[in-house]
Amino acid sequence: MTALIEVRGLDKAFGGVHAVEGVSFSVQAGQVYSVIGPNGAGKTTLFNLISGIYTPTRGEIRLNGENTARLAPNQLAERGMCRTFQQMQICMNMSAIENVMLGRHLKLRSNLFATLFRLPSQLRDEAFCRERAAELMTFVGCGDYLEHEASAMSYGALKRLEIARALAAEPKVILLDEPAAGLNATETAQLEALIRKIADQGTTVLLVEHDMKLVMGISDRLLVLNYGRVLAEGTPAEIRENPDVIAAYLGG
Amino acid sequence: MFKRFMQLRLRDLVILAVILFSLPAFLDNPFHYELATQMAIIAATVVGLNLLVGYAGQVSLGHAGFFGLGAYFSAIMTGSYGWSALPALLVGAILVGVIAWIVGRPILRLKGHYLSMATLAVGFIIAIIINNETGLTGGPDGIPVAPFDLFGWELSPFGSYSLLGVELSGSQAWYLFSALVLLLAVWLAQNLIDSQIGRALRSVHGSEVAARVVGVNTAKYKSLVFVISAIYASVMGSLYAHFQGFITPAVAGFDFSIVLITMVVLGGMGSTMGVILGAVVLKLLPQLLADFQELEAVMFGLILMLTMIFMPKGLLPTLQRSIGRRLKKKAEGQA
Amino acid sequence: MFAEFLQYLFTGITIGATYALIALGFTLIYNASHVINFAQGEFLMIGGMATVSFMAMGMPMLLAIILAVVLAGILGILLQRLAIAPAKQADVVTLIIITIGASIFIRGLAQLVWGKDYHAMPNFSTDEPIRVFGAVLNSQSLWVLGIGAVLVVALVLFFTRTLIGKAILATSMNKDAARLVGIRTQMVLMLAFMVSALLGAIAGVVVAPITFTSYDIGIMLGLKGFVAAAIGGLGSGLGAVVGGLLLGIVEAMAAGYISSDYKDAVAFSMILVVLFFMPRGLFGAKVVERV
Repeated sequence: MTALIEVRGLDKAFGGVHAVEGVSFSVQAGQVYSVIGPNGAGKTTLFNLISGIYTPTRGEIRLNGENTARLAPNQLAERGMCRTFQQMQICMNMSAIENVMLGRHLKLRSNLFATLFRLPSQLRDEAFCRERAAELMTFVGCGDYLEHEASAMSYGALKRLEIARALAAEPKVILLDEPAAGLNATETAQLEALIRKIADQGTTVLLVEHDMKLVMGISDRLLVLNYGRVLAEGTPAEIRENPDVIAAYLGG
Repeated sequence: MFKRFMQLRLRDLVILAVILFSLPAFLDNPFHYELATQMAIIAATVVGLNLLVGYAGQVSLGHAGFFGLGAYFSAIMTGSYGWSALPALLVGAILVGVIAWIVGRPILRLKGHYLSMATLAVGFIIAIIINNETGLTGGPDGIPVAPFDLFGWELSPFGSYSLLGVELSGSQAWYLFSALVLLLAVWLAQNLIDSQIGRALRSVHGSEVAARVVGVNTAKYKSLVFVISAIYASVMGSLYAHFQGFITPAVAGFDFSIVLITMVVLGGMGSTMGVILGAVVLKLLPQLLADFQELEAVMFGLILMLTMIFMPKGLLPTLQRSIGRRLKKKAEGQA
Repeated sequence: MFAEFLQYLFTGITIGATYALIALGFTLIYNASHVINFAQGEFLMIGGMATVSFMAMGMPMLLAIILAVVLAGILGILLQRLAIAPAKQADVVTLIIITIGASIFIRGLAQLVWGKDYHAMPNFSTDEPIRVFGAVLNSQSLWVLGIGAVLVVALVLFFTRTLIGKAILATSMNKDAARLVGIRTQMVLMLAFMVSALLGAIAGVVVAPITFTSYDIGIMLGLKGFVAAAIGGLGSGLGAVVGGLLLGIVEAMAAGYISSDYKDAVAFSMILVVLFFMPRGLFGAKVVERV
């Protein structure tokens, strides 16, 4: 069985500094796969490489067997990958629901003529898109904000809104970059439930997260990075026992 | 009832139509009509420019170049080649669209001030060519333009017409025509904004990286909106040329480009009604300041600076927010 | 043949040096505040016009120049304090419009005070041109080049050797960090505008005997300075100097060999070509997208 995501010998250097060095791992379809490590370990860089925001210095990334290392983010989106950001990327010049509707960009056929003259076909597509976006907002727990501008939403709600936008694209794999950062305990618990729901629907989840309790409870497998290199890889139980990980985390 | 109306999708269009068609009650000489017609045509240009600047967040400091190209194409084709006005306007618009697409692809990769610089350069090059190709364009002295004609029916500011039994002077007829054009321009722009294409455009402004990860080909959409706004400018340039009956290279010049972008920013980027207000204010201001004579430029510069310093979001969005806040306070007071 | 080329080169380098000084002014303000100051050209106009009018009052040239430059410096400070500083939250485009408003305002004042006429200013030294291999070199060109070179060296020393210069650099790199280490960033911004205005005014004074001066020369000179700064790469001092000289030389060659009507078109085409291959100009900083 081929992996959904296969990373081999990935390298990214900024100037002379290797942010990611010789990283290899693979993610099976349907897994919740987490990347952990101390600050500056290269987690976000790794995400930026996989999602096409950076191009790797060396190495390959395969999505469903296809080498995608040189593809742009929008090309990856066409192949079923979507993501959220540690520093949220919400379009504050749009309403909340429009942000989610934006996520369905690739699901809509754009026809300039039909758009300019608001032909019936266009109105039907638009209405369906809005309905679906509203469902997703309710799904992630932003149902109260259907009529709001994005700029009027709280931090925690915006984080969920960003997930709804990514889900709107109906991705095969979703990359969540520190979704729990800045959330309180209740919100984190809600987030954990949400990630489980997403995974239960068959979407593969790739997660970068600091909250150990969340990560250990939810992940099928974990990748531990330290100084841009792989320190360990395995199931939560294996990682918990791994002496290198314990040493790195306890500062030994 | 009032609340329902305020949530209507076409609210702005209805308000605008009411204003445009009741305005003649306040216009009492051909000069007023001339001014109002110019305002409507330029407002429609700015509505197009706002798609690029206000919604997609891409600055153009050379948009008069496209306006001038449309104006001169119409002038030359109707004048020297005997074309009818409508085909000249349409072919001109297509040509300008193609030019905008060709120059837009490479320069829209640029960001921030580099994009401003490149659009400014494109505008300048167009203006210089119009200025110097005297054989074709009449050079700095300008060129006369034939009246607008439609299927053998001529619309001249000096003619007289009757519409459904109402006698109209040429300037009144032109005003009504330009008002309809402005309404059409606004309707098309709002349809565009309120759609998947519109969301993609706005996301380029809101967060380009977010747009890309959900699959928006940002380069494609930037080119698209650049072309659309250039076509708006070209069509309005053609109409403006026919209305004025005489144009000079100033219609393509840097100063006019600056006027256009200032209308957008002053009125309120990303607000269609706002930029129309910006066009009206900026067109009226010199008329009002004419009494100050040599102080005109000083006053104009001062007003421009102060407005932008104290209302950086533009006139209409600032007004709307303060009215909204007052209404809310009042509502709370009653409750 | 060679004499002709040399003649164009002299013209190009002279005007290019002026562009370089304007571009340096842009660069300074851009570095400190990320504002593109469309009123930059007005500082040149003030420099030239004020010198002419002070001399008409009977002042000796040197005193007139010094007063004119000081006047421009004050104007630079006022511009920052009264127009840029209050608009902290404004968009980049909004700031551009504010500086355009400022330039219309300053130009309006100049027209009010000095009228619309062109004014001539005498050369600093002899009117006798110098002949080099058959080409004619105006003695004022030497002044332009000399003073330009001195200013560039002075700027380099200012930024590398003085605390204030380093404070400006630090503010341009990271405003918050600069504030944390105790740099008064508002003060630094004010200084940047002042130095930029001084540079512009000096450029305006030295070039005035060659080009004449009037209330509206600032628009085109300012734009050319912006072009030069963008060619070199916004924010790069070296880029501003190279961009300015390059622009001046290309313009002079285009005017000489192609057509003087199209010299500006050649200049603006050049910026498009440069940006096509180097989207951040010749020496612009490479920026990695951070998300």
